[in-house]
Amino acid sequence: MSASTAVLKSEFRLFTREPFSLFWIVVFPPLLLTIIGLIPAFREPSEQAGGARTVDLYVPVSVLLAMIMAGIQTLPPILSGYRERGILRRMSTTPVRPVSLLAAQIVLHGAAAVGGALLAIAVGRLAFDVPLPGHLSGYAVALLLGALSALALGAAVSAVTPTTKATTVVGSIVFFPMMFVAGVWVPVQVMPDVLQRVVEYFPFGAAAQALQQAAEGGWPEAAHLGVTAAWAAVLIAAAARWFRWE
Amino acid sequence: MPIIEVQGLRKAYGGRPVVDDVSFAVEEGEIFGILGPNGAGKTTTVECVEGLRVPDAGTVRVAGLDPRADREKVTRLLGVQLQESELQEKLTVREALELYSAFYPAPADWRELAGRLGLQEKLATRFGNLSGGQKQRLFIALALIGAPRVVVLDELTTGLDPRARRDTWKLIREVRDSGVTVLLVTHFMEEAQYLCDRLAVIKEGRVAALDTPAGLVRHSAGGTVISFAPSRPLDDAELAALPEAHTFERRDERLTIHGTDATVNAVISLLARHQITAHQLRVTDATLDDAFLELTETREN
Repeated sequence: MSASTAVLKSEFRLFTREPFSLFWIVVFPPLLLTIIGLIPAFREPSEQAGGARTVDLYVPVSVLLAMIMAGIQTLPPILSGYRERGILRRMSTTPVRPVSLLAAQIVLHGAAAVGGALLAIAVGRLAFDVPLPGHLSGYAVALLLGALSALALGAAVSAVTPTTKATTVVGSIVFFPMMFVAGVWVPVQVMPDVLQRVVEYFPFGAAAQALQQAAEGGWPEAAHLGVTAAWAAVLIAAAARWFRWE
Repeated sequence: MPIIEVQGLRKAYGGRPVVDDVSFAVEEGEIFGILGPNGAGKTTTVECVEGLRVPDAGTVRVAGLDPRADREKVTRLLGVQLQESELQEKLTVREALELYSAFYPAPADWRELAGRLGLQEKLATRFGNLSGGQKQRLFIALALIGAPRVVVLDELTTGLDPRARRDTWKLIREVRDSGVTVLLVTHFMEEAQYLCDRLAVIKEGRVAALDTPAGLVRHSAGGTVISFAPSRPLDDAELAALPEAHTFERRDERLTIHGTDATVNAVISLLARHQITAHQLRVTDATLDDAFLELTETREN
């Protein structure tokens, strides 16, 4: 077994021992969708949403919520904790680079987020007759870009904060606006026009639009995918540039 | 050829030199101690050896390799126990040992290591539930798990009870006897005296002395300690005039003089001259403690 596989395996085991993280990433988004779907009015077509039902719009929202929970809520304190508690330092005295530990955590959080997203899509389809995404590859691209920017945002938060405590504070400051732009309170598609134009400049606002367009069967607008990808690129660069190893 | 060579090492933080021109060489198969007061630069020095810090000046070689440039090779032959470093809370002892042995091409048998460190009962325990001493023993096991040629142990027995400390010392001697070179950072004199073949005493970022423990004691100025309770007070001027007397101090009724054999004779004749009785007279050799204090005291008085 190679060293990186051993690290990934061991971090996977640790990840399964964090029931709260798993709950927020994998269980909570489909749960939210279920609650929304159980409200009869949200299962009726809405004029404001161009004939779509509220529950339809909440599938991409739940998908993004899984990304945000993984990337911004649970990932950053783990990365900062590994730094603060000298776990990265200990690993840098071995032949294995400590970056493999961070990479393992990012990969596992990404995988859990995709798991939560798929579960939300499945619940939408099975419980509330929400059609599966019409443009599958477009949906997959938007989903992966969304996941990437969430994880990159979390890594960047950990990079610019000196302590785990600061990471948690900055993480929650970022967390709520990101949930808003993803449409957790009001789906982006039913936001007032001006607000919609604004949130489209944020990674999850753009991703929400891209996911909804792919869900409806078209290839997402290049502008939405571009905004999400640009955020991901900038945040990855920032995290790599500013991450301190101790 | 020495297995660790440090030449003219310098390291400053924010303009303040922490390590200032430190040089020493560790021979293969010895236990080499780095002794010094807190903040003397001990840890920074070994961090340069471990490749965790980049020296501002000077060279460091481990088995002829540069710990920074030849990182990969150095980490394979150098085991490290860090002073302040933890593991994941929920990782069990067994998982930690298995994980770290997967990092090395030819690791030591972790079961045997766990046995030698008294961890076999704790294999299923999570790191967060271990006691301070158990954590420390796990860190020692992780330092040895790659079957290293050199092991650096920083504050080896901090947090261990006296029994566990003795056991750990025994283990370190066995490790040395199996051919591994040990670089030990400590501030416990007893530990240094018991374990180290040679010692470098570091003070304010410089090597204040480099010798065997016995040599350090022998060469310290106050190598012989005379202590007694005089029946009448002695005059300071007369005490200061004693030959080869290094220091004297009064505490309660007791007078303690650091000097040499010549001082002992002079004290005896001084007492006889004034017809003073010396109650509870003790003449002892200085300990490493005394030598250390003398070497590291700041000469303010």
